[in-house]
Amino acid sequence: MSQTTLSGVRETTAEVPAIRLRNLTKTFGSKGFNETRAVDGVDLDIRQGEFFSMLGPSGSGKTTVLRLIAGFELPTSGTIELEGADVSGKAPFQRDVNTVFQDYALFPHMSLVDNVAYGLRVRGMKKAERRERAIESLERVQLGKFMQRRPSQLSGGQRQRVALARALVVEPKVLLLDEPLGALDLKLRQQMQIELKELQRSLGITFIFVTHDQEEALTMSDRIGVFNNGKLAQIGTAHEIYQRPTGAFVANFVGTSNLFGPDIAASLYQRGGQFVVRPERLTLDWTASTAKHDGAASLRGTVTSLVYVGHATQVRVALEGGPAVVVLVGSDLPDEASVVGKTVSVSWLDRDAVWLPDGN
Amino acid sequence: MSLNTQQPGTAADPGTRPGTAAVPRARKNSFSALLNRTPRLRLAALLTAPAGWLVLVYIAALAALLITALWTVDTFTGKVSTTWTFANVIQVLTDPVYQIITLRTIWIALAVTIIDAVIAVPIAFFIAKVATAHWQKILVIAVLMPLWASYLVKAYAWRNVLASGGLLEWMGAPLGVASPGYSETAVILTLAYIWLPYMILPIHAGFEKVPNSLLEASSDLGAKPLKTMRLVMLPILVPSIIAGTIFTFSLSLGDYITAQIVGGTTQMLGTVVYANVGAANNLPFASAVSLVPIVIIMVYLFVVRRTGALNNL
Repeated sequence: MSQTTLSGVRETTAEVPAIRLRNLTKTFGSKGFNETRAVDGVDLDIRQGEFFSMLGPSGSGKTTVLRLIAGFELPTSGTIELEGADVSGKAPFQRDVNTVFQDYALFPHMSLVDNVAYGLRVRGMKKAERRERAIESLERVQLGKFMQRRPSQLSGGQRQRVALARALVVEPKVLLLDEPLGALDLKLRQQMQIELKELQRSLGITFIFVTHDQEEALTMSDRIGVFNNGKLAQIGTAHEIYQRPTGAFVANFVGTSNLFGPDIAASLYQRGGQFVVRPERLTLDWTASTAKHDGAASLRGTVTSLVYVGHATQVRVALEGGPAVVVLVGSDLPDEASVVGKTVSVSWLDRDAVWLPDGN
Repeated sequence: MSLNTQQPGTAADPGTRPGTAAVPRARKNSFSALLNRTPRLRLAALLTAPAGWLVLVYIAALAALLITALWTVDTFTGKVSTTWTFANVIQVLTDPVYQIITLRTIWIALAVTIIDAVIAVPIAFFIAKVATAHWQKILVIAVLMPLWASYLVKAYAWRNVLASGGLLEWMGAPLGVASPGYSETAVILTLAYIWLPYMILPIHAGFEKVPNSLLEASSDLGAKPLKTMRLVMLPILVPSIIAGTIFTFSLSLGDYITAQIVGGTTQMLGTVVYANVGAANNLPFASAVSLVPIVIIMVYLFVVRRTGALNNL
């Protein structure tokens, strides 16, 4: 509950979620003609001080949810609460959340320090003080020495930091990040992932991070919400999402999964349903001898292709009477030229098989 | 799934089946190849026509104007005599009559420009940022439509509107507003109407170039719409607005038809030129008068050059 104590200080206890979405729905287009449900009945609680990632493919509704929280779109139905207060119908400038945009959206006609000070300026802070705070904020992202430059004179990574400094200087309750690392190269992206996570930890602000990159989401997040077709497919920690996906979509979208159908489940385990096994949990036997010790299952198949990924090799195997699976082989391959077309056996431990709930 | 790795058209016996003919290769073309090898020849070939046009039509005409202004007219025969004199130019610059006409012309052009800018910014904003994609097209056509009608038709239409007993008087009567009649105000109104599209179009293009995310970022950081307009939109739009003012200002500065049709006795630089070419038959003096708007425009262009507006034309 938010309440004003006797001393007049607004205190917030941890029980109230930073963001609470209830039955949030957003449709575009006119009803009955070309209506699309971008967001379809989303219920979500995001805790205070949490690093929450919204993960999903393009068009899954994750960015629309972010824009609804920011106030750039108004919901068709449902409510958005910010620390217990309903903000569903409020304009962006009335909400205590700030956004780091995908294209950074820096003001091209202002210097960096003016860009960062903008939020303080429109709130009526005195020039000397807002300048001081803006410089402080730029120094936090190691750009203090560039403060008189224009955004066009910066590299992509530097612009990204300015956008971050500009959003954080107004001390929002929740920071929204819309695929902010999408335009950066791999090395810079990995560095920014670590920096963002550290920044979030030291500031204690709730971060909501939108991404389509599952690795990014797994690395950075306290919890992840996986979106599909405007609905939340699963909410959980990175570990839960990866190890115990609740459906075929999540299993396939987050990491590579090998999905085994009901017929294999019936023949191997004498039960219905589908299960998945991660590529790194599968072991490959080049002599095609099917291990039959307890607690393990095994199938024969033919190697169809190899993909070298640096630290390991992905071996694609077409199983006899089953699906094509990907096996991650860490050790050196025997005589590479002759591997494709070879008959091998693929085995896994029974406890590595993740059973998907029925109906997915 | 297996990909067909065979190149289309490389199948045996090409050309027998439809859609299997080999992809045509570029034919040998020695002239194109020559142009490609010799950039100087390419440049010369490209520039000859526009450079010739520029020299002949533009620079030569301006030079002729300047030279004519330094000649004089034999008052007795009415023929242009090629005696060199600064008399015409000095008279235009020092005679109070022409000084007043010059100032009035600048005032009319400025007033037209300001009125158009004030009207055009909200219209352009609405078209570029508020209207749906479908309505944007319709509205841009609506803005362009008056340009398809003849200038004279529009000027005479305004003559009717402004006439005593005309539309403006009829509409203004209940409100106690009188029609300005044929006057300087009428000239300003009519010119503002006629040149408005030239102001809307560059500003509209300017608004289109401002990404929506900048407006969202401003709002996100706590700015109300009017602040966003003042602190984000307008500074980015300044070059576009100046580009529009170059059109409206220079077009108004040289106008003489509207001044004649709705201006009553209002004299502008253009009407003086017209009168001297026609009735007074004094071409050198007309040339001297017409140098005034040319100089004003050059000064204006020089001043706005540094804002980057010329890149927006």
